[in-house]
Amino acid sequence: MADIINLATGGTKPPAQPGADTALILEMIKVSKSFGGVQALQDVDFDLREGEVHGLVGENGAGKSTMMKIIAGVYHGFEGEMRVGGKQVKLGSPGEALAAGIGMVHQELSIVPDLTVAENVFLGVQPLMAGGVVDWGRMKREARKQLASLGLDIDPSTRMGSLPVGIQQLIELSRVLFSGARIIILDEPTSALSPPEVARLFEALGRLREQGRTIVFISHFLDDVLAISDRVTVFRNGRKVVTEETSNLTKESVISYMIGRGTAEMHMGESAELSTDNNLPVILSAKNLSDGGMIRDISITLRKGEITGVYGFMGCGQIELARALFGKGKLTAGEIQLNGKTVSFRSTSSARAAGIAYVPENRRMMLFRTEPVYKNVSIAILDKIDRILLRPARERAIAQRHIEDLQIRPPLPNVALGGLSGGNQQKVALAKWLTEMPKVLILSEPTRGMDVGAKEDVIRIVKSLRDKGVAILVLSTEPETILTLADRITVLKRGTVAREFTSGHVDKGDLLAAA
Amino acid sequence: MSVTTETARPFSFGRFMAEQMRNIAPVFTLIVLVIFFATQAESFRTFDNFMNILSQASITGIIAVGLTFVILTAEIDLSVAAVANAIGILVAYFTIQPEYVNIANIPVNGLIAIVLTLVACFTIGLVTAFGVVGIGIPSFIMTLAMMQIANGISAMLVRGQIAYNFPDLITAMGSGSIFGIKWTIIICIVFMLVAHLVLTYTRFGRYVYMVGGNREAAEYSGVNVKLIIASVMIIGAMCSGIAGMLGVAYFGSAQQNQFDTYLLDAIAAVVVGGTSLFGGRGGIGNTIIGLLVLGVLNNGLDHIQIDSFLKILIRGIILLAALVINVYAQKLKESASD
Repeated sequence: MADIINLATGGTKPPAQPGADTALILEMIKVSKSFGGVQALQDVDFDLREGEVHGLVGENGAGKSTMMKIIAGVYHGFEGEMRVGGKQVKLGSPGEALAAGIGMVHQELSIVPDLTVAENVFLGVQPLMAGGVVDWGRMKREARKQLASLGLDIDPSTRMGSLPVGIQQLIELSRVLFSGARIIILDEPTSALSPPEVARLFEALGRLREQGRTIVFISHFLDDVLAISDRVTVFRNGRKVVTEETSNLTKESVISYMIGRGTAEMHMGESAELSTDNNLPVILSAKNLSDGGMIRDISITLRKGEITGVYGFMGCGQIELARALFGKGKLTAGEIQLNGKTVSFRSTSSARAAGIAYVPENRRMMLFRTEPVYKNVSIAILDKIDRILLRPARERAIAQRHIEDLQIRPPLPNVALGGLSGGNQQKVALAKWLTEMPKVLILSEPTRGMDVGAKEDVIRIVKSLRDKGVAILVLSTEPETILTLADRITVLKRGTVAREFTSGHVDKGDLLAAA
Repeated sequence: MSVTTETARPFSFGRFMAEQMRNIAPVFTLIVLVIFFATQAESFRTFDNFMNILSQASITGIIAVGLTFVILTAEIDLSVAAVANAIGILVAYFTIQPEYVNIANIPVNGLIAIVLTLVACFTIGLVTAFGVVGIGIPSFIMTLAMMQIANGISAMLVRGQIAYNFPDLITAMGSGSIFGIKWTIIICIVFMLVAHLVLTYTRFGRYVYMVGGNREAAEYSGVNVKLIIASVMIIGAMCSGIAGMLGVAYFGSAQQNQFDTYLLDAIAAVVVGGTSLFGGRGGIGNTIIGLLVLGVLNNGLDHIQIDSFLKILIRGIILLAALVINVYAQKLKESASD
């Protein structure tokens, strides 16, 4: 097993450990919830103590978000019981949850950038004077007081959009606080924050804990969770694995709870033996790329006949990196070399002409739903097969060849793309680039949201392209995808390269620990 | 695998209607209007009147051809009529005028005048294209500004005067006939034919539809979206300019504000015909039907006893109905392909 290097600063343990005798402010008893036959939660017991920070971890789809959305009133209609302060409640909406003292700050902030800080804090609940006139003076005073309680000294008349994300998040948090929430659920609050911003958030959370408020902290960043939480609950496959005092946990033990090593059988993509050959010719090398935002000094090398995997959590800069390599998005620093020559793509069409192909994470972004399959395939190669006039017969023949090679169903080039299943649409998206072999193929989330059969097909296709000598870059937030496909792995964290794996045994735990 | 099963799903009449809604509705409207006016007014159902409708629609038609390209990419050009006006005036500016026309013009040889005017027209298109794709101004606003600029050029050139002389070629094409058919009709048909062939059978035409259908997808497929949009804006300006040159000869004079009704007519023709305002659907066939619907309506209302002020209202209502169908057809199409 490869070494785990902890790149995060250790973080301090919370000063006070609430005793086990502290009152339970929220109890969830035997909660189950399913979506159309998929069991998202199964018999889960969960509780929160008054005045604690409760960490919540688990992989994507483990059920933690479902549980929190039930608690915050987003989902109603579930099996089991919910008690707030000892009394059973039934919440019909987020508004009712807020009235019961439960507020949630979502990962995507719901702020209005063009309004002032005060207006954002009081969004929808502006204090009014007689005659329905907004009481600006009171609004600013109250907003300043609210923000001060989180340790923020900000002029409430500042425009929201001019503040950094970390501050915006705290302001949204103060909105939830202002509406009287005693239980505050934070979904991935640190994913977009720089280390000093994380420290400031933790300081604010510490103040709230002192005020006796209860905080649920959902995060992929285990270092952050362990640094701030009093207790941690781990979810896996719709079940609660464990709730434990943080002092009894280490990062390694949390990871092993999350992926269930030793208890569950090994699935495909749980681990990989990497073997890279540094003698393979370099096709594309990117050095010290920065875009002044999500990408901070990333270097990456793609070799002929090799799949480079890039793993990281949502918002780690993957999407921006892929876009930058395909000529979309502006770079502020760094250099890209293709076959030893420095290139600078001003548009996607110049990147394509240079031999770079890109399949974005969202199929809608590169497919034409109402157009037939053959037009979807030929759009990327029209200039290669036609000069001026179109040759639809040729286009259909090419599409037919791809349909047979990739086993696209239904096997008809004239059917509208929207009629195909997700997996088949993804194959069409791939087929687009395969008529003339690209030098570099960039795949963002190539298997997301696919059934097992389609996933295996896509994996087989990508590997066969590698064997034909294409330099492939696979970017994913799913460790299984990376471990199944990649020959070498780069882990991104908050826009920078956190770790590289080039040889030896790597498993999911290593990736999770590095990210 | 069977070759006979062309569609994956069984044929459904409902879905066919949903998908073809945007093509069926305008044709149906046209048939209803023709039947209505033909039964109401004897003077309507004559060959002469039919040619009259075509001739009235021909100048609008040339503008609408350019606008079809623009709307297919989900952009808009509000400057078409103003550009037509400015270019019509410019070609007169390069021609010797009668002594009583008090314009400080620069007469040159007729052919040179035409070439210079076309260059000016191309330049206007280039400026619009640069504003839209180079700077990133939404076409709605950019062409609004260009409309004002073109109107300004018109005003500066004629200064309230009226010019009557044009290069011989323009006069011949704009007001002459061959075998009893107006040249403007023939030129309009040629424009439509070429545009149809370009949109249907060329790579550029495919790109126009794909950029309109899903701009992001076109970009991620490596299509030079900016180049395509710049091209359609220039095509729009060129069609307008040529329509303007022919138009002044058709009217027999060039003056300010002469093309004002053409903006709405051209947009209405494209949209009434069923070309999607959201881009990617429709084409020259739709534009032809739209032109005929408007042409028949304008002409037919003159043949029956109707308040001339009510005429304007009726046109507005027809346009609104077409917009409703346009948006509704888009939704039907999207749900049918799910």
